[in-house]
Amino acid sequence: MSELTLVALRLGFVLALWLFVIVVVLVLRNDLFGTTVVTRSSRDPRREQRPASGPIGGAAAEAGADPAQLRTDPEVTQAAMVVTAGPLRGTSLTLGSTPILIGRAPECTLVLDDDYASNRHARVFQREGEWMVEDLGSTNGTLVSGRRIEGAVPFRPGAQVRIGRTEIELRRGPR
Amino acid sequence: MATVVSYTARPRRLTQGLLLLAAVIIGVGAYALVGLGRHDELPENLMTVGIGALVLVIALQVAVMWRTPYADPVILPIVVLLNLLGIAMIESIHGANTIYEIRSSASADRQMLWAVVGVGLCIAVVVLLRDHRRLRRYTWISAVAGGVLLLLPLVPGLGSARNGSQIWISIAGYSFQPAELAKIAFAIFFAGYLVSRRDTLALAGPKVLGIQLPRWSDFGPILVAWGFAMAVLVFQTDLGTSLMFFGLFVVMLYVATDRLSWLIIGAVMFLPPAVFAATQMGHVRTRITCWLDPLSSENYSSCMQISQGLFGLSNGGLTGAGLGEGRPDVVPHAESDFIFASFAEELGMVGAFALLLLYLLLVQRAIRAAVGISDGFGTLLAGGLGFVMALQVFVVVGGVTRVIPLTGLTLPFLAAGGSSLVCNWIIAGILVRLSDAARRPAARQVPGAAPTAARRDSEVPA
Repeated sequence: MSELTLVALRLGFVLALWLFVIVVVLVLRNDLFGTTVVTRSSRDPRREQRPASGPIGGAAAEAGADPAQLRTDPEVTQAAMVVTAGPLRGTSLTLGSTPILIGRAPECTLVLDDDYASNRHARVFQREGEWMVEDLGSTNGTLVSGRRIEGAVPFRPGAQVRIGRTEIELRRGPR
Repeated sequence: MATVVSYTARPRRLTQGLLLLAAVIIGVGAYALVGLGRHDELPENLMTVGIGALVLVIALQVAVMWRTPYADPVILPIVVLLNLLGIAMIESIHGANTIYEIRSSASADRQMLWAVVGVGLCIAVVVLLRDHRRLRRYTWISAVAGGVLLLLPLVPGLGSARNGSQIWISIAGYSFQPAELAKIAFAIFFAGYLVSRRDTLALAGPKVLGIQLPRWSDFGPILVAWGFAMAVLVFQTDLGTSLMFFGLFVVMLYVATDRLSWLIIGAVMFLPPAVFAATQMGHVRTRITCWLDPLSSENYSSCMQISQGLFGLSNGGLTGAGLGEGRPDVVPHAESDFIFASFAEELGMVGAFALLLLYLLLVQRAIRAAVGISDGFGTLLAGGLGFVMALQVFVVVGGVTRVIPLTGLTLPFLAAGGSSLVCNWIIAGILVRLSDAARRPAARQVPGAAPTAARRDSEVPA
């Protein structure tokens, strides 16, 4: 085997090693997952597009198909509770059949580090296929869409539930 | 006003398969290049090695697809590549030893055998460990097992001292480093213990010099861990193992409580024993001298290993002497303690940095799994296992390159040695399981358990 071939193989091997590292990094770059927090602003381009494409039938179908393509996992059809404001902003909890307890006590499902929340502040549970939010006699109250609630009220997707400094929203359907 | 967007991880099993294939091609290529460089011909058993590696990789891929379909796609390819590169380098050092006959070292056959055992155990972990939270049941059992394993080398007749450290046991001609297995046991114990005690350990106590200290009554656990690390240091005279266990505890304590003060307290607590070891223990004192001044004429004979390692690094230069064309055999223990110097010589600085990057990516994936996992036990376990691997790489590579004094730890997956390789494969299996738990979409959590849960729910209201 000639000297030149050996040198080429030697350099080629180091190159292959680096190529492997770079491919691994690229795989990781394409594999980002988790939750990100996007601040909505009035100049958000997506917001401006949506009403514009609404009246035209074909464009609406396209706009409807687009988010479906963005979803990476269409088979999951479950409600999720996401925290949109407060110290836990960005946290997402998938809702199963068990009720979710929210408060400062460590046994809660969503433990809030918030001086304005009570130990056992509120409960989110399912009743006849509908999600409900119930205030558990908290000191500062639970607000649904800005109104303080008494007992259990329906928790509709998109409604804002405020507990202390924390705001919670419900998401339904595929994530 | 903010919106929360969530992205679900995809399984990416095809990506993992292709990366595993690439790892095997590069690793077996390294083995072939070693034969070409050393003997000007391809190794006789190249086909056997290649097919063997391929079979093992396919077994790994099938096991992962079957049991942990959402596992991280890059952990196993990196581990396979590191292991195969280690085998190639051990073969290169063995070849050099047979040609130049300065020293003797075992051929890579033994390491290959251990690699097969390691892959088997990794598959066993992936298949049998359905849920990492089961390990939490064995919190106190692993504490006892870890303690016994760590103290085994002190049993007369069973333990044997090498290079001034009593960290080996030998049974029927096979020697084993039980500290490697104890590392896994202690990681499980610390995770299980700290997850139940994290709330009290995080309480704030007095404030000293602007640092928020924990309460004095919470110093018990760290004192016990410190005492244990001291026992290892005094009786087994091994600073590296002692540092590894104490560091593991302190970092897991930090992850559990999120209090920086624990890290500072841990560092301050480890200073006196380090000073004690440096002044009172002969072999540690020599290593400190060799760290500070290995090339002066009066230290030359006692610091032969580290200075030869440095010559190896310089011989490698930027792109290396080429696989199978360097002279790693002039360094004592080139195939175990100094395998990084051997790599830096034959692959050069460029190749050595590629290796370090592979370790960095592996540790990063472990810590990413720790962040993504939803239970505290899993977070602590993944964080602890990732950290201990990073600590080992830092201590070994830092020792070889004279950043810190040399201490006896092994480079995971690369260094020759069955106990280290097998235990690191077990860790790889646990990390695969943990990363699967971290990435699996919530709706598909715990396969097979869903119908049971549904039945329980329907029974409760009735």
